[in-house]
Amino acid sequence: MIQHLVTLPVLIPMIGAVVLLLVSQASDSRRRQLSVALCVAQLLVSAWLLSRAASGEMLFYALGNWQAPFGIVLMLDRLSALMLTLTAVLALGCVLFACAGEDIRGSNFHGLFQLQLMGLNGAFLTGDLFNLFVFFEILLLASYALLMHGGGKERIGAGLHYVILNLAGSALFLVALGVLYGATGTLNMADMARRVAVMDGDQAALVTAGALLLIVVFSLKAALLPLYFWLPRTYAAAPAPVAALFAIMTKVGLYAILRVQSLIFVDTPAAEAITTWLWWSGLATIVLAGIGVLAARDLRNLVAYLVLVSVGTLLAGKALGSTEAVGALLYYLPHTTLACGALYLIAELISQQRGKAGTRLVRGRRLHQRHLLGGMFLVAAVAVAGLPPLAGALGKLLLMQAAEGAARLWLWPLLLLAGLVALIAMSRAGSVFFWASYKGAADSGRVTRPQLAGVLWLLASAPLLVGFAGPVSDYARATAEQLAEPQVVIFRLLGESPALQFGRLATDEGESP
Amino acid sequence: MEALFSLVVGVLTASGIYLLLRGRTFPVIVGLALLGYAVNLFLFSTGGLHTHAAAVIGESISPADPLPQALVLTAIVIGFAMTAFVVILAIRARSELGSDHVDGQQGEAGDAK
Repeated sequence: MIQHLVTLPVLIPMIGAVVLLLVSQASDSRRRQLSVALCVAQLLVSAWLLSRAASGEMLFYALGNWQAPFGIVLMLDRLSALMLTLTAVLALGCVLFACAGEDIRGSNFHGLFQLQLMGLNGAFLTGDLFNLFVFFEILLLASYALLMHGGGKERIGAGLHYVILNLAGSALFLVALGVLYGATGTLNMADMARRVAVMDGDQAALVTAGALLLIVVFSLKAALLPLYFWLPRTYAAAPAPVAALFAIMTKVGLYAILRVQSLIFVDTPAAEAITTWLWWSGLATIVLAGIGVLAARDLRNLVAYLVLVSVGTLLAGKALGSTEAVGALLYYLPHTTLACGALYLIAELISQQRGKAGTRLVRGRRLHQRHLLGGMFLVAAVAVAGLPPLAGALGKLLLMQAAEGAARLWLWPLLLLAGLVALIAMSRAGSVFFWASYKGAADSGRVTRPQLAGVLWLLASAPLLVGFAGPVSDYARATAEQLAEPQVVIFRLLGESPALQFGRLATDEGESP
Repeated sequence: MEALFSLVVGVLTASGIYLLLRGRTFPVIVGLALLGYAVNLFLFSTGGLHTHAAAVIGESISPADPLPQALVLTAIVIGFAMTAFVVILAIRARSELGSDHVDGQQGEAGDAK
């Protein structure tokens, strides 16, 4: 019985989404209660999975009892558990915030939100490449609808670009899968890893091509230079709770890169090319996004560029490759995701009280609840700029310590400058919002209780990640060590009996969903 | 057969990418559809191209690989839904933005009519 619980992070939102779509006639408060309850349930389940994974246990679940490598497997290791928990925490904050009224500006917000969570959770759990594609499509389809929730010119325009770009990306993903399947004859990640390791000649060249194509697709999702130009406009146009949830969408790309590179393409010719590419594009992303942060004339755009800075930082950290670096980036990742999410929510609160000026960095009406909003903005700004005493500083410090030799010369100045740039931009934005205002305040757009709960829930992570820095960084380091030993996954999942003896044609996977 | 097949896939991909780079939403959607066909054909070919080979063991001497066929089915379903979605979205964008240009407004004079 207990082994079936691994499927819950996918099942809860799936069933929840269907129920929410069916009861679309029910009262708003009912649907809100149900949606929040679903998020809490996911949080509990993922916390339980996290505690299982923390003990070094790996859980595998063969769907329909089709044994790997023939069927689709879900696999839970430390990395998946970490990402699942992060998603659940972020989702709860976003849903709480949306319950203040954002959800009834369009139809079926909560149902779509749960579908998006199902896609995210599935992508983090699956151990099968084609299944990863399917979950990517689910989360993308839900994100298209969520992005345009509430309508309006800006959202439709940005949505069109986002959809077309991602459809092209999906086509590329399928090509990559086709190449890899053609070369290896399997789609199971662990099985593919085993076959790739013993491959040479033409087949190895094909695998390299497939691997590079996959990385391009994942870089598009992660928004790495030169594939990030869609992000600022899309995120700035999205409704606040959706934009906050999107903070984890770029991390899906990062997760996928981490997963395939550490499991499948270790020590292949492709791995070296990927690392070099990630390193330089990651650094270039930091630079360009830093310029974007300074140039942004609107808080939402500014936060979008801050998301990009964090993407660049994380991917450059990934390219360092060492266990310390991966551990450091896994410590930094939850912090930056939650801080960016919280900033989007705070931006929405600020724009509520500024009337027409919205989040643009211009003189505007005086804010009604200056002290509350200012306090939250300050905490979020310190968190996102990576200043002590919050966790961002620790994460960056760990990352900088992990860099060695020539890498240090590049990474240190860029990371520190990026922090400085974020600091300048956020203090400029803060002084415009809270000090440079006209006299006389209109009593409108007070912060409601669910909104406050949502923001505080996300903001609380920053001090908590410092308070529990020891256990969290131990976990992150253990995750990195687990990722560095892909052969353990392969052994536990497939055992000694190599399916390699089966002929190429007999290699048959289960029906895809 | 392989030469013909790869030619078809190549031409479809090239036309798809060309149309994808156009400035109006309709050609872009047709381009996405063509790209989708090309990808589906490509996926189908990854199991190897056979004639008179059923994908059922025991029906023929050398059965074809059934997995790519399952993958293509999945990809077709997803691609079909996505095309329907993007068509509706393009219509909505046309009515909201008042133009069927992908940027939501008429470009410079050199724009394709």
